[in-house]
Amino acid sequence: MRFNTIIYCLKQGIKNIFRNKLFSLASISTMAACIFLFGLFYSIVMNIQYMIDEAQDAICVTVFFEPGTSETRISVIGEQIALRPEVASVEYTSADEAWESFKEVYFEGNEEYARAFMGDNPLANHSSYAIYMKDASLQENLVEYLETIPDIRKINKSDLTANSFADFGILVGYVSGAIILILLAVAVFLISNTVSVGITVRREEISIMKLIGATDFFVKAPFLVEGILIGLLGAAIPLAVIYYLYGNVVGYILDKFSILNSIMVFLPVEQVFHSLLPVGLVLGVGIGFLGSSATTRKHLRV
Amino acid sequence: MIVFENVSKTYETGTPALNGINLRIEKGEFVFIVGNSGSGKSTLIKLLLKELEPSSGRIYVNNKQLNRMRRRQIPKYRRGLGVVFQDFRLLKDRNVYENIAFAQRVIGTPARIIRRQVPAMLSLVGLAEKYKSYPKQLSGGEQQRVALARALVNNPAILLADEPTGNLDPKNSWEIMRLLEEINKRGTTVLVVTHNQEIVDAMKKRVITMHKGLITSDEKKSGYRQ
Ligand SMILES: Nc1ncnc2c1ncn2[C@@H]1O[C@H](COP(=O)(O)OP(=O)(O)OP(=O)(O)O)[C@@H](O)[C@H]1O
Ligand SMILES: [Mg+2]
Repeated sequence: MRFNTIIYCLKQGIKNIFRNKLFSLASISTMAACIFLFGLFYSIVMNIQYMIDEAQDAICVTVFFEPGTSETRISVIGEQIALRPEVASVEYTSADEAWESFKEVYFEGNEEYARAFMGDNPLANHSSYAIYMKDASLQENLVEYLETIPDIRKINKSDLTANSFADFGILVGYVSGAIILILLAVAVFLISNTVSVGITVRREEISIMKLIGATDFFVKAPFLVEGILIGLLGAAIPLAVIYYLYGNVVGYILDKFSILNSIMVFLPVEQVFHSLLPVGLVLGVGIGFLGSSATTRKHLRV
Repeated sequence: MIVFENVSKTYETGTPALNGINLRIEKGEFVFIVGNSGSGKSTLIKLLLKELEPSSGRIYVNNKQLNRMRRRQIPKYRRGLGVVFQDFRLLKDRNVYENIAFAQRVIGTPARIIRRQVPAMLSLVGLAEKYKSYPKQLSGGEQQRVALARALVNNPAILLADEPTGNLDPKNSWEIMRLLEEINKRGTTVLVVTHNQEIVDAMKKRVITMHKGLITSDEKKSGYRQ
């Protein structure tokens, strides 16, 4: 196809948008609302996912041993635990290491008190394994297993905030998915309507084009351009708005609910947009293309 | 150049329009098609344009059989034809220049060629000054000349005109006919459907008469000039 023809089709497509302003505007707004909500949920889900990941990395089960359990026995238990499917990694902390880090934390600046213990390790029976899991939800399984191992004195597990966190994330995901699907359907419908109004208005023009020897593609292209542009505009506008709002909202939350700072970690806007921008734009263009191509195919069979 | 072999057409409604047409038109001919209303003249033109398919029989144009033509080949085929209708069929929201340029845009002609050929066509049909006017600002005769310029700008081998003077007064009708004759002299095969007996009698061309979907006479008038 020639360059001229491409330019011509682009121009005609843009003209189409202005020729039926009202419909174009309705389509762009619906599209924008749809992509806005999508972007909103997308950011929320991404942040929740991020927080879950962060929280999960910190979640571990710690096990301590009965007094007098031999070093060999302890390392055998460690190997067994490492073989469990739930387990991502196991970290051994010997009694001496435990004492060292305890000293660091509690006698900081007053090392002379620690010396009072004179090389006697008061944490002699505090060697431990910190067990990190592949997924926080596997914690229950693992704990059940650990309880069956003799020589284990004590199991420290994390409270289950992470699990409820994950449930919340899934819920938000489903709800937003449903809302977005409905909105997408509405957007496709509106774009298809806009294009079909355009086609009806230009029935005669189209039939003349055909008689003069226009290819199907030449007849369709302006309508496809129209649909794609509507989709593109409908995606670009809300994405820009979200980009602008994101930092402000995150700042506001951190400011107003400063207690949350310890559990709430937010992704920087660039990281969210790294995937949201292409996904949003492709979604917009895709919907525009789908809506208009289905309609042209239906109406332009001459 | 154009051959009809036993062509019949019955519309989906069951109305018979053509009942076994045999016809041969050579390259460079000027042919009138006349006949009562409903005799099948427009149907014949539409078959040539491939707007319709014949119910039976074969049509050849430039040795190509139309029935065998694929859908994708139709645009290319139509580019070799020029068409003019009784109701002009101009694009109302574009000016004279754009209406003619449109025919070239459709087939992807480079802009620099459009800029050269459209003014040449406009002066051929005598509308050089009105290139900025919109169709509704023109008389019927002027509109038909624009339509003719559009049909000719791509230099078609065949010009099909279905009652091109049906909405025009005698003076404008004659002007269109002179243009058609001029175009024919430049080598284009011209088929004109008309009800204008006076013009047909005066122009001394080949005249095909149709009645109820059949060709009832095909004669070259005395004093026939090619
Ligand atoms: N789209 C259609 N559907 C059904 N029947 C049609 C259609 N178009 C034409 N006909 C019928 O086919 C026959 C031939 O019509 P056609 O238009 O070819 O006649 P015509 O010679 O061009 O007449 P006119 O001089 O009035 O233009 C007529 O009986 C007409 O009613
Ligand atoms: Mg007719």
